[in-house]
Amino acid sequence: MLSVRRLGAAVGAVALAASVFAAEIPRAERRSGYHFMSPQTRAMQDDDTANPGMLWVLEGESLWNRKIGAAGRACADCHGDARASMKGVAARHPSFDAAQGRPVNLEQRINRCRIDRQKAPPLAYESRDLLALTAYVARQSRGLPIDLAIDSRAQPFLDAGGATFRRRQGQLNLACNQCHDDNWGRRLAGNVIPQAHPTGYPLYRLEWQSLGSLQRRLRNCLAGIRAEPYEYGAPELVELELYLMWRARGMTIEAPAVRP
Amino acid sequence: MASALINVPARAKRGEIIEVKTLISHPMETGYRRTQLGAAIPRDIIRLFVCAYNGTEVFRAELHPAIAANPFIVFSTVATESGTLAFHWTGDNGFSATESAAIAVD
Repeated sequence: MLSVRRLGAAVGAVALAASVFAAEIPRAERRSGYHFMSPQTRAMQDDDTANPGMLWVLEGESLWNRKIGAAGRACADCHGDARASMKGVAARHPSFDAAQGRPVNLEQRINRCRIDRQKAPPLAYESRDLLALTAYVARQSRGLPIDLAIDSRAQPFLDAGGATFRRRQGQLNLACNQCHDDNWGRRLAGNVIPQAHPTGYPLYRLEWQSLGSLQRRLRNCLAGIRAEPYEYGAPELVELELYLMWRARGMTIEAPAVRP
Repeated sequence: MASALINVPARAKRGEIIEVKTLISHPMETGYRRTQLGAAIPRDIIRLFVCAYNGTEVFRAELHPAIAANPFIVFSTVATESGTLAFHWTGDNGFSATESAAIAVD
């Protein structure tokens, strides 16, 4: 009788532990990757003349004003001063695009504008120009809270992103949430596991010695669990971006951030 | 394409030690790496950085292949007189970049 009761308690404890681990991070406990960095790396991000991401922002500013494409138009010709017109834009992306019937991220939005309005060829993912323009646009949202509009059209894509986040993949058979929800703050091979909030993209990773997009980071993580990474611009990656931004809703944009 | 970020205090007192920060966009390709097909990637680094304060050299650094991309160089100097700090980076493949910053000393 006693042993049965004890067994019951043990099963109950396991079930409780499982439900605790399966939960999202409570809002009050959410931390940007900034929180887990060394004071030196933080200082680098905080000082605009030490933050290498600002080199791309600087370049993005000149691209913003450059006339290109068959239309001979610059971003500034329609959007004017980015400091006003692009404020909060990065905090709203990925956002649902009615024409395509699916969410698009900031890079895709910029390329859509190039094709449709400037009549210019799209920029390649991770190309210097696309990173520079994205960094310049994202910089205008610094300090603003992430605020996605999730309506009934976007909801299925958000759900799909969440499912990808929780799906075990790769040879290591790991899901994103097993590290970033269940074990954040602990160490993986000497590095602190962050909570995976995309607050600072595109960001300068010291490991990359370059600026990179969120999709580059996601592909790195997928390679790390020995899964085959989705291609740049793949629907799965955009859905995952959408889910991660929604998961970080209300957190402050830091772009361009610096990370180790 | 060479963009640089310079941070020099706009004002300083005579004799004050000021901190100068410079950050320049550069790949700093070591010359020791190979492509996936095995071809050597030629070295492309900044070799020399010089800062002149009203024409007088106050700081000089030689750079080498182990230095990371986008070199961030911080040094200090004494604010002696109002004028200009001129920065000059030179490197492989004819790389040359110049920037300057004004300082008012009272």
